[in-house]
Amino acid sequence: MRNPILPLVTCLLALVSTPARAADPIKVGAILSVTGPASFLGAPESKTIQMFAEDLNAKGGLLGRKVEVIVKDSGGSPEKALSFAKQLIEEDKVLAILGPSTSGETMQIKGLCEEQKTLLISCAAAEVIVNPVAKWVFKTPQKDSDAVVKIFQHMKSKGLTKVGVLSSNTGFGKAGKEQLEKLAPNFGVQIAASEVYDKAATDLTAEVTKMKGAGVQAIVNWSIEPAQALVIKNARQIGLTIPIYQSHGFGNINYVKAAGAAAEGVIFPAGRLLVADVLSDKHPQKQVLVAYKKGYEARFKEDVSTFGGHGYDAMLLLAEAVKKAGSTDKEKVRAALEGLTGLVGTAGVFKMSATDHNGLDVEAFELLTVKDGRFVTLAQ
Amino acid sequence: MAGELFFQYLIAGLTYGTIYAVVGMGFNIIYNATGIINFAQGEFVMLGGMTAVSLHAFLPLPLAIVVAVLVTMVVGALIEVTFIRWLSRPSVLRMIIITIGISILIREAALLLWGQDVRALPYFTGNEITSIAVGGARISPQVLWTLGACAGLVVLVTAFFRFTMLGRQMRACAANRVAASLCGLPTRNLITLSFVLSAGMGALAGCVVSPITQTQYGIGTGLAIKGFTVAILGGLGNSLAAVAAGLLLGIIESFSVSLLPTAFKDAVSIAVLLAILFARPSGLFGARAATRP
Amino acid sequence: MRSVRLRQVAVFLVLAGALQLGAIAVGKPFWQTQLTMSAYYALVAVGLSLLMGYAGQISLGHAGFFAVGGYGSALLTTWDLSAHKAAGVLQALQAMGAVVARPDPFGGTVLTVHPWPAAVVAVLLAMAAAWLVGIPVLKLSGHYLAMATLGVGTIIAAIAVGTQALGAADGISGVPPLPLLLGVGVGGATSQRVANYWVAIGLLAVCMILLLNLVDSRVGRALRAIHGAEDAADAMGVDTARYKLHTFVVSAGLAALAGVFLTHFNGGIGPSEASIMKSVKYVAMVAVGGMGSLWGTLGVSLLLNFLSLRGYFGTLDDAVFGAILIGIMLFSPDGIMSPDLRRILVAGWRRLRPAPASVEKGASEEGR
Repeated sequence: MRNPILPLVTCLLALVSTPARAADPIKVGAILSVTGPASFLGAPESKTIQMFAEDLNAKGGLLGRKVEVIVKDSGGSPEKALSFAKQLIEEDKVLAILGPSTSGETMQIKGLCEEQKTLLISCAAAEVIVNPVAKWVFKTPQKDSDAVVKIFQHMKSKGLTKVGVLSSNTGFGKAGKEQLEKLAPNFGVQIAASEVYDKAATDLTAEVTKMKGAGVQAIVNWSIEPAQALVIKNARQIGLTIPIYQSHGFGNINYVKAAGAAAEGVIFPAGRLLVADVLSDKHPQKQVLVAYKKGYEARFKEDVSTFGGHGYDAMLLLAEAVKKAGSTDKEKVRAALEGLTGLVGTAGVFKMSATDHNGLDVEAFELLTVKDGRFVTLAQ
Repeated sequence: MAGELFFQYLIAGLTYGTIYAVVGMGFNIIYNATGIINFAQGEFVMLGGMTAVSLHAFLPLPLAIVVAVLVTMVVGALIEVTFIRWLSRPSVLRMIIITIGISILIREAALLLWGQDVRALPYFTGNEITSIAVGGARISPQVLWTLGACAGLVVLVTAFFRFTMLGRQMRACAANRVAASLCGLPTRNLITLSFVLSAGMGALAGCVVSPITQTQYGIGTGLAIKGFTVAILGGLGNSLAAVAAGLLLGIIESFSVSLLPTAFKDAVSIAVLLAILFARPSGLFGARAATRP
Repeated sequence: MRSVRLRQVAVFLVLAGALQLGAIAVGKPFWQTQLTMSAYYALVAVGLSLLMGYAGQISLGHAGFFAVGGYGSALLTTWDLSAHKAAGVLQALQAMGAVVARPDPFGGTVLTVHPWPAAVVAVLLAMAAAWLVGIPVLKLSGHYLAMATLGVGTIIAAIAVGTQALGAADGISGVPPLPLLLGVGVGGATSQRVANYWVAIGLLAVCMILLLNLVDSRVGRALRAIHGAEDAADAMGVDTARYKLHTFVVSAGLAALAGVFLTHFNGGIGPSEASIMKSVKYVAMVAVGGMGSLWGTLGVSLLLNFLSLRGYFGTLDDAVFGAILIGIMLFSPDGIMSPDLRRILVAGWRRLRPAPASVEKGASEEGR
């Protein structure tokens, strides 16, 4: 049934159009919550992605073409994310969309990207984004379920079976809470109390009192907002001395500073970016992590956070996929991205496949703790 | 409920309550002098906290707080002079919208200036894990600081408006601006002064609560809604009532957590407020006339 | 009077058509997508303008009513009832066509309420809620009224973000299109962009005709009397409480209607639609457009939402908004359509007459 003329015409067209396109930049869209309630995620992501693109262009760009990143600030609103996604796809004709920062926004534009056959590399954590797998949708942050497994494994080794769960009323908190509740029975852990607090909370004494009342042996908190520093402060203030676990949303040194003495001994799973300096030189991620950390901190005069790393990984995955595909044809780049294995990013070593559009496993996480106001690996 | 837990919830309620109360009082000063509600009050709280944190990098804590309060007072004066001073008899609706606009602008400016990261002043006494045992429950010393500041401010504000000439002039100005001006009072300057005082009060509140609540560019909006709620609940213009209402609201919120999912904490406190407003349209302690400003 | 109103609506439709042709002519057909979204937001603002301008009542909780409409229809049209297939009520509803089966994106079938009955239920729910809270709330005035409406908005927002069934922080996605005639549906498909633009503009035009008739009727005169001097109106035998309540309910109903349509157009809704900041934005649109100036509100709302949805202000979106708000309220408290502004602009134009740039600016400001 194959018509021999069609590929021929395509080749000719490609030849004719190549010289004109060589000068054109490769357009990449980014929808991030640079301002608004999720700015803890979006602001470092936006800075990182732009830094990555500038560095890339300084080195000659991709396939000899410059990369142009169009950043749209959604302010955390799904309706704006949707409007921007349509604009980027139809109007700017971008190769791919990086972001959004939150799972609510991602879920709102997931269908659109599938329908329009445009790559979406989300920086949001929730597992529903890639499970079930959608052909055009990928994500860079580690799986919530792996973070939960890491925490429960540690609890099991310490003989902790009765825990309290606190989470913020954001997409991140919601996804974590669901995974905690789902996986608890597998590790013989009983969730004796579970509370959702407001992301803008200014004090959480009553919430931790409820945990105390429930007689839990440990507290797990799941959020990305400053309120997670309140959880540990308030728990210690009311005299709770039980172990406190945080999510990978704790990966920002500012939360340690805000919680001060209360942060000591908090245990949380995170990518290795936060302990890049003390990582063994033999570790495969060492080079990437140190380079990103140094670059970011020198440029923006602020501490690096794992959230910015998600933006780095999104840009990295796209750049590598384009290089591998050797073209900017959407379908080819998608296929190349799906076939990327062993790619070292900030979150871990990515191993993409047709059934796994995240490509990270539980090994991407390391259990960290806080010692003398600094992040260290728990083993140290 | 065990006695120990009961006390702990009560203390949590007191913590929430004093935060709301010190913010709520700031609303009343401008209201007392001008009859308008300044929706940018929460931004004064944020500015005070953020400025103090920045200054604390090179100044000792007490000095940083004093300078931060002064800086915020200047901002308050600038706002009044730039946006409010030259308006003749603005309507309530117009003032609500203007002050909302000011609040948005200050918040966005703070985002540009300080970024989105969270900061906090150190605890005035002890550190993040220090607490004092009170009948089986525990309380952070910073809560006592806040309570003290709150009590001190109430006494000062009440004394100022009752017993000083300037305070009385400001009340006269609020009661009838035209009459006050006919009596030779410098009404415009008095209104500027009310903004300065209110800004200073908000900034001081922002510094005192900063170790507890932490400070971030967007914190003003949430605090302003709570403060406004408290000011209305108490009855506009009455500082002592605002404190009582603040503590009441805090305790209601705290105990609602012990019974209901926390997700609805804010909804519960607002529902209580609405119920009270429907029964007593001028707030708990307000005069009836307050419904018709 | 009647012909004037119809002429205004006709002019609006012609302008809308010209806008569309213009967008297509300059090679920007995708603008219609954001214009469609803006038109639905404009509907909320116009309804609020009726409440603020004619009944003199502020509402800092209007995003809440929009959310009741949006979430109501999103929940009903995505809630899979397959598990209760055997229930008699459900079978009866299915026979009536109120409950329909449709394929879901993963190859299965879901049994949900048909979008139209869902829309009706959602709008009625919002109106009922407005009626219930309106009775006590509208007895308040000034700051107390502002607080009460803010409170209602806060409660609705808390429910939206705190309820698992409403998707909590993630909201609801995967809402099917709202079918209309001739295979056209309110939904996000690119092929139906032109039709959807006209659906939104048409809905806006129909609502404008109804509202313009309302404000010119006996009811409208009574409302204006209330706004002018409530006590006097009361004394003249105007049932002020009832008129205020009815206006509140109509206004909430329009917000909910916009919520239903936009949710189908976007294919989902999130808690940001219920936020207080959103309510404040609606109030701002009305203030800038001119309280009681329905056309001014409509124009401003279309323009500002369009610019914001296209991300022209970048990270300064809120800041630009605040600045416009303050600017208009300081210099022209009756909105951009007020004679005050015209006077200021004319005076400015005279002073700067030699400079041609200011001429253009003056013209465009007035033309809005």
